Amino acid sequence: MSTVSDDVPYPDATLHLGVFFQGVNHWTIWTQPESGSQIDFTSFRRMITTAERGLFDAFFLGEGLRLREAGGRIHDLDIAGRPDAITQLAALTGLTSRIGLVATQNTTYNEPADLARRLSSLDVLSGGRAGWNVVTTDNAWTGENFRRGGFLDHADRYVRAEQFLHVARAMWDAWDDDAVATSAEAASWSRPGGVVPVRARTSQFAVDVTPVLPRSEQGHPVIFQAGDSAAGRDFAARNAEVIFSAHGGDFDDALAFATDIRSRLRAVGRPADDIRILPGTSIVLGDTESEAEEKRRWITSEQVTGATALNIASQIWGIDLTDRDPDGPLPEEAPVVAERTGAMGSRRWDDQVALVQRWRDVAAEQKLSLRETAAALEPQRGHTGTPASLADRFARFVRHGAVDGFNVSPIFTPDGLDDIVDRLVPELQERGVYPTEYRGTTLREHLGLRDPLTRRG
Amino acid sequence: MPTDRPLHLAVELDGDGAHPAAWRRARHAPDRLLTAARVERVVRNAEHAGFTLATFEDSLAPPSRGADLAGRIGAVERAAFVAPLTSVIAVAPVVSTTYTEPFHVASQLASLDFAAAGRAGWVVATSDDASVAAALGRPAVTDPDGLRREARDAVTVNRALWDSWEDDAAIRDVATGRYLDVDKLHYVDFVGETYSVKGPAIVPRPPQGQLVVLAADGLLPPDLVDVTLVDEPTVDDVGAAARRAATPRVFAEVEVVLDTADGDAVDRLSTLDAHTPWPAAQRLRHIGSAAGLVALLTDLARVVDGVRLHVAVLDEDLPELSARVVPRCCAPGS
Ligand SMILES: Cc1cc2nc3c(=O)[nH]c(=O)nc-3n(C[C@H](O)[C@H](O)[C@H](O)COP(=O)(O)O)c2cc1C
Repeated sequence: MSTVSDDVPYPDATLHLGVFFQGVNHWTIWTQPESGSQIDFTSFRRMITTAERGLFDAFFLGEGLRLREAGGRIHDLDIAGRPDAITQLAALTGLTSRIGLVATQNTTYNEPADLARRLSSLDVLSGGRAGWNVVTTDNAWTGENFRRGGFLDHADRYVRAEQFLHVARAMWDAWDDDAVATSAEAASWSRPGGVVPVRARTSQFAVDVTPVLPRSEQGHPVIFQAGDSAAGRDFAARNAEVIFSAHGGDFDDALAFATDIRSRLRAVGRPADDIRILPGTSIVLGDTESEAEEKRRWITSEQVTGATALNIASQIWGIDLTDRDPDGPLPEEAPVVAERTGAMGSRRWDDQVALVQRWRDVAAEQKLSLRETAAALEPQRGHTGTPASLADRFARFVRHGAVDGFNVSPIFTPDGLDDIVDRLVPELQERGVYPTEYRGTTLREHLGLRDPLTRRG
Repeated sequence: MPTDRPLHLAVELDGDGAHPAAWRRARHAPDRLLTAARVERVVRNAEHAGFTLATFEDSLAPPSRGADLAGRIGAVERAAFVAPLTSVIAVAPVVSTTYTEPFHVASQLASLDFAAAGRAGWVVATSDDASVAAALGRPAVTDPDGLRREARDAVTVNRALWDSWEDDAAIRDVATGRYLDVDKLHYVDFVGETYSVKGPAIVPRPPQGQLVVLAADGLLPPDLVDVTLVDEPTVDDVGAAARRAATPRVFAEVEVVLDTADGDAVDRLSTLDAHTPWPAAQRLRHIGSAAGLVALLTDLARVVDGVRLHVAVLDEDLPELSARVVPRCCAPGS
């Protein structure tokens, strides 16, 4: 036996959990008696209260700026219709006291002077609990809802995002810490020169703005990022503090991703532990492994219905397969490689030909129908087990540096987090891999992050 | 179009009050203004006082300039924050229409209405301040026609988006596997002079269906407005404007400085003005006793449906309104 220190590179690491209240996808099961409203405020209140009880670091909302379409029609099989993230998180602020509030917001169809101020507002109101998941969706199809239409070359999405972030940070740094008077007897409300106007002239922006808010208790909102391309990873290495990744199901895949991010961090001169990696995942618990597996099979069959399987296959093949038999074999046709419009959301299939081949291999190897193949290849298979076995597994993931935690997508709204908080969290605590109280009051403190990148000595 | 119902009372809750030097008489130091506790306390006070509606001023530009440069939490975020902390008072942020994205605004306001369980409104505004255009890198729109065009288009788009989901569009039909009924979702296909918007909304239809839209007299075509806000210097002028406004409701804008335990209204105002003058606008301004304000509001109740009060110092005038004005206010002809 080798020593613990050889085996476990991060023996003291603890797990960070966030919850992703999903609003648009086929993973949230809406057909059951326990499937509650996706839009009523009480659903959000219920979920965030549970998450805070479970000492979660963050409550996370996604964004999609157009209703998804498949085959030129509004996609009708999945949950859809969700609130604006910052507005909703501001409303949840007064009902919570510790949990972080993370809004996914796009840098293409926003302007920094406006969005940085909205994020500051949330951050100041919540006492330093705001986070911003920076996303870059740039397609012209989404642009049809906005003044400028689709104006940005896909290749420039991260150029704009990076310039956007520079302006946002300058706005968050514009107020000196002692800019505001501490007495009504002061000569002026703010000290002259204590607020420095921000001016930027870049390829994407012409900004002259006097920001209206001081820094919050955490300095800046915490920057999350969720793009997976090489450009997205480099952007994260330069700018992000948390990555919401898609690499958390398989240990080796997660470790490879984390290792890649750490080397990109070093390459830009940041400490290797400067980013928290929180893959998205679902978690299915059972009293026994077989019960959990059985539950997972049932959930997958509810998620990947015949119609959903045909819809996924249609996207991948680039042809309308909705009249096929989902319980039959895969279509024999070759895929039609098509320009992606983005109409089915942020999910991307960059290499359709390779993906179709993978479907064929899996279907042939395991003798699966179309629907079974779709289910087998679900990117959100997540983690399935007993509370004890998952606690062991997660402890291994985090102590080996494969992840820093998970952003959990509950399968049911609004109670889908209950068993995770009531049953998994205590097991994690017992193993010393999860906190027993919040370590501070800000999101930055919960995550153990350093000062914002522009605020370091 | 006044009815025989009591006058609706709205109050503007920005900063420390409407007077630019209000912060000097606030019950807290400037560095406590931009906090959740302060925002919550003021709105709760307005709710307990019995106001129908709280509004929240806003702009991308700082609320005051020069030596008194101050800060402000965004109005939509303030309104959303207080929405679930209150139960009867309506909340209406000021949101500009000049450079904002109507699609984003419609999502924000619909979400606010959900958080407020149907108590949200929108005070439609324009940004004629060139610094707002400069903040967003946009060519300034300064002519009144351009400002009105942007306001009209933005409200049109918002109203269309709020209606783009029918109330029961999320059908959750287990038999057919359909969560949505696409026949109950509608592209808005708005095409204006300066932009177009496809739709439908990404937020379902808000609880009220349409949020209550408040706008200054003459800014918008009347069919887009629920409540016209009238800025006139006398009750007669207010009455004339109210008769012209073809909207379901008309509110008068009234500035208020009251006699309080801290001093009589004239003294309070002159102390404040000595710090920073508060130029009289073209609107009613009551400087004096609570009883005098009740008399003015009773007169106004004959010609308008409501008033929006802009009080000089929230911490001083709001308690006085709560104790001596709201409880006595105001049926027409009483
Ligand atoms: C786990 C995960 C979640 C994402 N969530 C969203 C989202 O809610 N809204 C959105 O617009 N994009 C979302 N994206 C898309 C990316 O953030 C990114 O902007 C897009 O994929 C383009 O960047 P890329 O080419 O680097 O992947 C998500 C991506 C990942 C991996």
